[in-house]
Amino acid sequence: MTGAAVRRRPGPSRHAGGGPRPVRSRVPAWFVVPAALAVGFLAVPLLGLLGRTPWGRLGAELATPRVLEALRLSLVCSLGAVAVSVLVGVPLAFLLARVEFPGRSLVRALTTLPMVLPPVVGGVALLLAFGRRGLVGQWLDRAFGITLPFTTAGAILAEAFVAMPFLVVTTEAGLRAMDRRFEDAAATLGAGRWTTLRRVTLPLIAPSLGAGIALCWARALGEFGATITFAGNLPGVTQTMPLAVYLALETDVQAAIALSLVLLAISLAVLVVLRDRFLPSA
Amino acid sequence: MPRSRTRIRLAAALVVAALVLAACAGDDDPTGGTSGAGSPAGITVFAAASLTAAFNELGQRFTAANGTKVTFNYAGSQALGNQIRQAAPADVFASADVPNMEKVEDLVGRPQVFASNLLQIVVEKGNPKGIERLADLAGGDLKVVLAAEEVPAGKYARQVLDRAGVSVQPVSLEDNVKAVLTKVSLGEADAGIVYVTDVSAGGDRIEGVDIPTEANVVATYPIATVKAGGNQRQAQAFVNLVLSDRGQRVLGQHGFLPPPTS
Repeated sequence: MTGAAVRRRPGPSRHAGGGPRPVRSRVPAWFVVPAALAVGFLAVPLLGLLGRTPWGRLGAELATPRVLEALRLSLVCSLGAVAVSVLVGVPLAFLLARVEFPGRSLVRALTTLPMVLPPVVGGVALLLAFGRRGLVGQWLDRAFGITLPFTTAGAILAEAFVAMPFLVVTTEAGLRAMDRRFEDAAATLGAGRWTTLRRVTLPLIAPSLGAGIALCWARALGEFGATITFAGNLPGVTQTMPLAVYLALETDVQAAIALSLVLLAISLAVLVVLRDRFLPSA
Repeated sequence: MPRSRTRIRLAAALVVAALVLAACAGDDDPTGGTSGAGSPAGITVFAAASLTAAFNELGQRFTAANGTKVTFNYAGSQALGNQIRQAAPADVFASADVPNMEKVEDLVGRPQVFASNLLQIVVEKGNPKGIERLADLAGGDLKVVLAAEEVPAGKYARQVLDRAGVSVQPVSLEDNVKAVLTKVSLGEADAGIVYVTDVSAGGDRIEGVDIPTEANVVATYPIATVKAGGNQRQAQAFVNLVLSDRGQRVLGQHGFLPPPTS
C-alpha cells in the first residue's frame, strides 16, 4: 500500500536531493512557436510602456513627495499583506494539504474565490463585512472603536484578501508534492511535530513557500480595485502606487507612465531576487 | 505517457483556439470601423457618471425610436476625456464640465451645453450627524468623502468649500462621483458633496442637504460627437435627442436643470 503510494510520486522526490540537478526533458520542438507568442504577448505591452516613457522627466517625476509617499505606502501595505497572509495562510495550507475534515473542498474553493472575484466586488464584500456597518465591522467599531475603511490597516486588509490565495494555493501544492518519507524518518528518529515541521518540512517546501510569498507580494503590490473600494483613496493613508497611477492616468499620462515604470522596476527586481534565492534551479 | 500526450493535444487545441480567436478579432475591426451610415450598427456614448440614470433612459428611447443600439461608458469625465485622447471607440462624449471637453476639443465636433446641475451635501437617511450647513463638514471626527480634484464633481466641491471658507479634511478622494455616494449609502462615510441629481437617484438610504444658491456652483454639461466615431449620423441623432424638448424633459425628471442662460 505504502509502496504503491510512494511509487506514484517519483517526480517531486528529486527535490529531496537538495542541489540543482539538470533535468533532461524532451520538449516538442514546435513548442517554441506558442512559447514565443507567449513571450511576445507579455513583452510587447512592456515595450509600449518603455517607448512612451519620458526618460528626461523621470527623475523629477519620481522625486515628488506625492510619488515617494505612494511608494512608501505601497511597500508598507504589500509587506503587511504578506505578513498577514503568512501568519494565517500557511497554517491553512497545512490543514488543507494534510488533514481530512468535513467540508475541506468547500474551504478550498472558498480560499481561491478571491482569485476569480473581480477585485472591486471583493472591495464591496469587504465593506459589508468589515465596514462600519458590516457584519464584523460594526462589532469592531462598538467594542474597540476600530474602523477599517479609509485607514492604512484597511488597505493592508484589502490587499491580503486578494493576495493570500496565491500563497495558500502554492504552499498547499508544495506540501502535496513533497515526499513525506522524510517526515516519517524524522518522526521515527524521535523528532516532535514542531521539530519535524521546522527542520524537515519547511526546508523541503521552501521553494513553494518562496514562490507563494513572491506571488502573494506581487499581487498585493499591484492591487487596485479592492483597495480603492474598501480603503478609499487618500494620499499618505490609502493611496498606494496603483491608485496614484490610475488617478494620474486621468490627467497626466506621462506622469502615470513614469509611475508605472517605477512599480514595474521594483516588482521585477524583487521577483528576480526572490526567484534566484528560492528557486536556484530555475 | 498517455497523460503527457493528452496534455500536448490540449496545448495544441489551445493554440489553435487562440489563433482562431486572433483571426476573428482581426476580421472584426475593419467591418466595425467601416459600417456605413444607416446600418443599425450601434453607437457608443461616453458619459459622465452623474448622467447614468438619465442617459440610460434616453438610450432606451433612442433605441426604441430608431433601432440603433446605444452602449454607454460611464465614468469620471476626466477618465473619459483621456480615453478619447487614447483613441477609445466613442461616438458621443458628454462631459460634466467644460474643461474636460476642451481637452479633447480637436477630436470632437462643436460642443453644446445641454444641462446644468447643482451640488448638494449627501448624508445618511435621517441625517444622524445633524449636518445643516457646509461649515458642519469641518467637524473633527466627521468622516467626509469627496471626489478627487481630477474629477469634475471634486473640483466643483472644492470650489464650493473654498467659497464658503470651510476647510475639510476628507478621509477619501474617490475617482468618480458615484463612489462618493456609495460610501455614504453604505454608512462608511458621514457626508459627501455630490450633484443634486446623484442624491435624487441614490436610493432611500441617503438624503440631501441643500447648499445655499450663493455658495453653490453651477456645473455645466457639454455634449459633442466624436470625429473618429464610425457612426456619425446616429451619433448626431443621439445628440439631437439630448438637446430636444423630449430629451430635456427626461433630464429634468432626473433633477437636471436646463443649460444656464447667459
